[in-house]
Amino acid sequence: MSNTHICPTCDEEITLPEGTVAAELITCDECETMLEVVGGPDGLTLTEAPEVEEDWGE
Amino acid sequence: MMRLGLFHSTIRAEEKLLISSAKELGVEVKLYDIRKINLDPESFVVDFDVALERSVSTTKGRHLVRFLEGLDVPVLNSSSVATICEDKFLTAMVLHKANLRQPKFAMVFDEQHAKEVINDWGGYPVVTKPTIGSWGRLISKINDDDALEAIIDHKMVLGSPEQKAFFIQEFIEKPGRDIRAFVVGGKVIAAIYRDSTHWITNTARGGQASNCPLTDELQEICQRSSEAVGGGILAMDLFESPQGLMINEINHTMEFRNSEKPTGVSISSEIINYCIESQNVKN
Ligand SMILES: Nc1ncnc2c1ncn2[C@@H]1O[C@H](COP(=O)(O)OP(=O)(O)OP(=O)(O)O)[C@@H](O)[C@H]1O
Ligand SMILES: [Zn+2]
Repeated sequence: MSNTHICPTCDEEITLPEGTVAAELITCDECETMLEVVGGPDGLTLTEAPEVEEDWGE
Repeated sequence: MMRLGLFHSTIRAEEKLLISSAKELGVEVKLYDIRKINLDPESFVVDFDVALERSVSTTKGRHLVRFLEGLDVPVLNSSSVATICEDKFLTAMVLHKANLRQPKFAMVFDEQHAKEVINDWGGYPVVTKPTIGSWGRLISKINDDDALEAIIDHKMVLGSPEQKAFFIQEFIEKPGRDIRAFVVGGKVIAAIYRDSTHWITNTARGGQASNCPLTDELQEICQRSSEAVGGGILAMDLFESPQGLMINEINHTMEFRNSEKPTGVSISSEIINYCIESQNVKN
């Protein structure tokens, strides 16, 4: 399985570091969009991270 | 080998630190994405010894903890601790009952009564904040009657019923910083100063973190506050006021990514160790 992905926002190549898990948040170095790593049957993919909601926080 | 159920939504720097500390301490971590599991008591399979709730959404975290407690699974933090810490007015009342120093506060339901309270306190400035909320959102510093009227008027017209309850605090003049203390199992493990030129000093809003020494005064107020809310894994925000340290609020799913480096304390390891201890107590 390749750990190279394409940013869904700017199409830049993103290499996921070793040990990346599903649901992890990463930031695209190119466009600085916050992305979520999504786990699926075919391995990991990237989508835009969810918008902050009112009940988020500590 | 102990199995830790780590219940998360998006995995942030904190969860990554917890996962790697657990590995180092020989704890097996089972990851559960709260957004992807069914809280159905008939079908849910418990294959961990202790659960740690790390949801970024307070609502989802609350339901999860109540679910696991109903299945008789040990979970941190408990729902009783979360219920208190989630609500700033309830926290303030619990701290009041325990006789702890905190900013003057009151709950009022309209402008006239807000003015009465502020008058009793000797005038402006005051702070209003939602009783439920975080990251400094919708917190306002109010300097005069005009600003008070504008804020209350907006909430009366546009707000939800929850927003028509006004939690007011006296404004505390801080020395350009406040203190965040990490308290795990009643023990103060580390603290940072959060410096900022803005009166809202949250690191989430750009405050700078540096190490804060664990003085006797800090330890005492934190230990007593921890006891008052029921213990667990807590982050406390304190102000250095002219009268001494004051406790402002207590968070029950704390963020600590910016605090391990300045303090030199592995907050994540302390949390994992506490999970191990809690499991031993329950067995
Ligand atoms: N009464 C007050 N007097 C002076 N400053 C205050 C007062 N209340 C809050 N602040 C400032 O605003 C910041 C945020 O307030 P508070 O911690 O109550 O809100 P929050 O949204 O729950 O933030 P957190 O992310 O820390 O949970 C505090 O760290 C402090 O710097
Ligand atoms: Zn991008």
